[in-house]
Amino acid sequence: MSESHMSDDDDEPLLIAEGLGKWYGRQLGCRDVSFSLYAGEVIAVVGESGSGKSTLLQLLCGEIEPSCGRVLYRTRDGATRDLATLAEAERRFLARTDWGYVHQDAARGLRMGVSAGANVGERLMAVGARHYGRIREQAVSWLDRVEIDRERIDDSPRTYSGGMRQRLQIARNLVTQPRLILMDEPTGGLDVSVQARLLDLLRRLVADLKLSAVVVTHDLAVARLLSHRIVVMKGGSVIESGLTDQVLDDPREPYTQLLVASILPP
Amino acid sequence: MYVAAKGGERAIENAHRLLAHERRGDPAVPELTAEQIDGQLALAVDRVMNEGSLYDRELAALAIKQARGDLIEAIFLVRAFRATLPRLGATEPVDTAAMTVRRRISAAFKDLPGGQVLGPTFDYTHRLLDTQTAESSAAEPARAAPEAARMPRVTDLLAHDDLIEPSPAPEPNAAVGDLTHDPLSFPAARDVRLQNLARGDEGFLLALGYSTQRGYGRNHPFAGEIRFGEVELEFVPPELGFAVPLGRIAVTECQMVNQFAGSATAAPRFTRGYGVAFGQCERKAMSMALVDRALRARELGEGAKAPAQDEEFVLSHSDNVQATGFVEHLKLPHYVDFQAELGLLRRLRAEFDAAAPTREAAE
Amino acid sequence: MSAQGNIPVYNFAYLDEQTKRMIRRAVLKAVAIPGYQVPFASREMPMPYGWGTGGVQVTAAVLGPDDVLKVIDQGADDTANAVSIRKFFVRTAGVRTTTDTHAATVIQTRHRIPEAPLAEHQILVYQVPIPEPLRYLEPRETETRRMHALADYGLMHVKLYEDIARHGHIATTYAYPVKVEGRYVMDPSPTPKFDNPKMDHCAALQLFGAGREKRIYAIPPHTEVVSLDFEDHPFERYRLDGTCALCGSAESFLDEVITDDRGGRMFVCSDTDYCEGRRAEQPAAVAP
Repeated sequence: MSESHMSDDDDEPLLIAEGLGKWYGRQLGCRDVSFSLYAGEVIAVVGESGSGKSTLLQLLCGEIEPSCGRVLYRTRDGATRDLATLAEAERRFLARTDWGYVHQDAARGLRMGVSAGANVGERLMAVGARHYGRIREQAVSWLDRVEIDRERIDDSPRTYSGGMRQRLQIARNLVTQPRLILMDEPTGGLDVSVQARLLDLLRRLVADLKLSAVVVTHDLAVARLLSHRIVVMKGGSVIESGLTDQVLDDPREPYTQLLVASILPP
Repeated sequence: MYVAAKGGERAIENAHRLLAHERRGDPAVPELTAEQIDGQLALAVDRVMNEGSLYDRELAALAIKQARGDLIEAIFLVRAFRATLPRLGATEPVDTAAMTVRRRISAAFKDLPGGQVLGPTFDYTHRLLDTQTAESSAAEPARAAPEAARMPRVTDLLAHDDLIEPSPAPEPNAAVGDLTHDPLSFPAARDVRLQNLARGDEGFLLALGYSTQRGYGRNHPFAGEIRFGEVELEFVPPELGFAVPLGRIAVTECQMVNQFAGSATAAPRFTRGYGVAFGQCERKAMSMALVDRALRARELGEGAKAPAQDEEFVLSHSDNVQATGFVEHLKLPHYVDFQAELGLLRRLRAEFDAAAPTREAAE
Repeated sequence: MSAQGNIPVYNFAYLDEQTKRMIRRAVLKAVAIPGYQVPFASREMPMPYGWGTGGVQVTAAVLGPDDVLKVIDQGADDTANAVSIRKFFVRTAGVRTTTDTHAATVIQTRHRIPEAPLAEHQILVYQVPIPEPLRYLEPRETETRRMHALADYGLMHVKLYEDIARHGHIATTYAYPVKVEGRYVMDPSPTPKFDNPKMDHCAALQLFGAGREKRIYAIPPHTEVVSLDFEDHPFERYRLDGTCALCGSAESFLDEVITDDRGGRMFVCSDTDYCEGRRAEQPAAVAP
């Protein structure tokens, strides 16, 4: 694995959200969200549906424009850029090379009409890979890594189970070695046992590849397993944040306490 | 013995002569005149003017005759002719409020200043094929003077109470987009969208409008007003510097009043959909208004997922002259490409058949 | 307004000078950016969209009174549409026409490139139905424009990858995408891939007109044109294995002619002028 992203200054945050807010007409998406994300760090954003988590994720990659506040990202050359000042071409380029986005519904993050191999190989081909055999080898290697049977490489994701699609989506995102991954309910809609396996995989990949990640989830167990820090949202605002273990072991806000208390004991 | 065919030119000439013969039909039957078509099939003429994008009843009638009644073929003839005409400039915006109204209805209000004037309409007829129509109808319609009462537009009435989004104020020096000058590009501004829809195929827009009513991008339309009548065209020649009248044309205008919208900073108001057509193309004007409103989904902050809201899809496929050209071009020879496909298919087949023993062994 | 008052007087080659100027500006821009699709305000022409209006507009804009015009369709001068377009220019421009590739200065073509190599003083005008090579992979114009701007052609290669994964070969046999001057991916129009190599470093100017889609693009003379492929699945120039029954050529692209309903087949050169030229050079006719 390339270590290029370890050579720049890891004391500087990779991603900064400053006073982010978004309104849809009169409807509040989220308000006053601020945090800094460092290389190799995972932040979980938790809250129930309607808390503003998904809006936040879309703001972080510039998919939608904030009503106020800004998002700053440190590019590979060390410069910190305000996403709002990026030309669309630059933003798209970063989305292809530096960032990954794992959708809750894998079908949105995959090309369902082409084979798994093509799905994984696409980004490689987009940046110039031109040897069919080698592209295929890389695709096979990634399928192994996300624990998909390599015999399925020529199958369309339409024939895959939900868990397999999700793992394929992850492979497709990681193949260009991005530095930042945004995940929207990565285990949503999956069976419990499938979830466990996926979380395990994610945890290993994040650690092995030294990824930074923002994981949106309503499931505290996911937050506990994957993240270093946690941000709790309710009604569009951040009500509590801190180190994951601390917040989950000793929640201060009544809402956070409610969330924690509602995790069924194992 | 096979000889490379050389008869294309003769074949075409013969085909043209045969066509002319078919067009005339039985010589014992009186020949149709453009005048008859214009007078008695006026709605066909209206449609051809509209989608041909040229206001000239005589030419449109002639085109219908030359096209043997195929309206899209007639529209093509008119459009091609239009392309040869020199452009002198643009008229002043037409004031439909000053229309000499022959028909005016509103579904939004029971009664309103100027009243509901049914005019010549199929609306409340019973669709029973009437053999009497085949013979000349002797009945004289009741004579009525064109409506002299004041007929303010419904949208102006609603605007008076600030209940409907205002028509965007014209900027004095803003250039109006011109679909016939600049190729369409996306995202398209509303002026160019409306131009595209105005010459768009009636059937296509009808289906799209219908789809919005059935839930594919519903926008709660009410027919605020439909009015049909004559309006005056004015033009400002650069040498004179003031407006001179060019003549009168008949148009149908439809203002749809749609789903209200507002935001944290803007008060809620009804929104608009607009349709206009030459002649009495009411169905077209209404469909256009529905689709216009659907295409505004993006700018009004509504999710745009339905086909009628998909700007690229709607505007790229609305022109029936383009559509028929491309669909019918499949009649042109494509045998070279077909040859290439045959070659690949045969090769793949050969490989498949060669692998048969292995396949059978596996089974 | 009456028809009599509006009888059109047609300009040389039908289009008025303003329109020709507009088209030439688009052509110049296209030549300056090889392979890039330049939007232009296509006119309604007297033939339907999809039947060559783009090619006709480009030809009308570059044609001069001293030009000699050749028009072919499927490689033949005598197919119905080629005849129709040639007659159109005879009527509106009065130019000399020819079936001889060597004698022509402007050649308008649909779906073939002539077998004879072209020269520097010639212009080849292609009729293009769908100018966008990515169109069938991505229907939205906004997206494909972005892809060209960013040189983001991953999706194009995904298609080729899929072909190989599924068929063992790249399954595109005509309109085979090419890369021009190492930058823009372009659709050469529905010419068979057999013709692709002729575009590379061609001495003539190649112009492409898509009337309905309103795009013009160009390959200037002596420009690099490379067919897309993979290093380990290189571009193959497919040709039907056979010789022309009329002139004996083992090199030209062949048409398959069905001679009876018992599977009888015969192959002849698609390029009729090339075939006639070869036959004229041969000693006394070879009995079939």
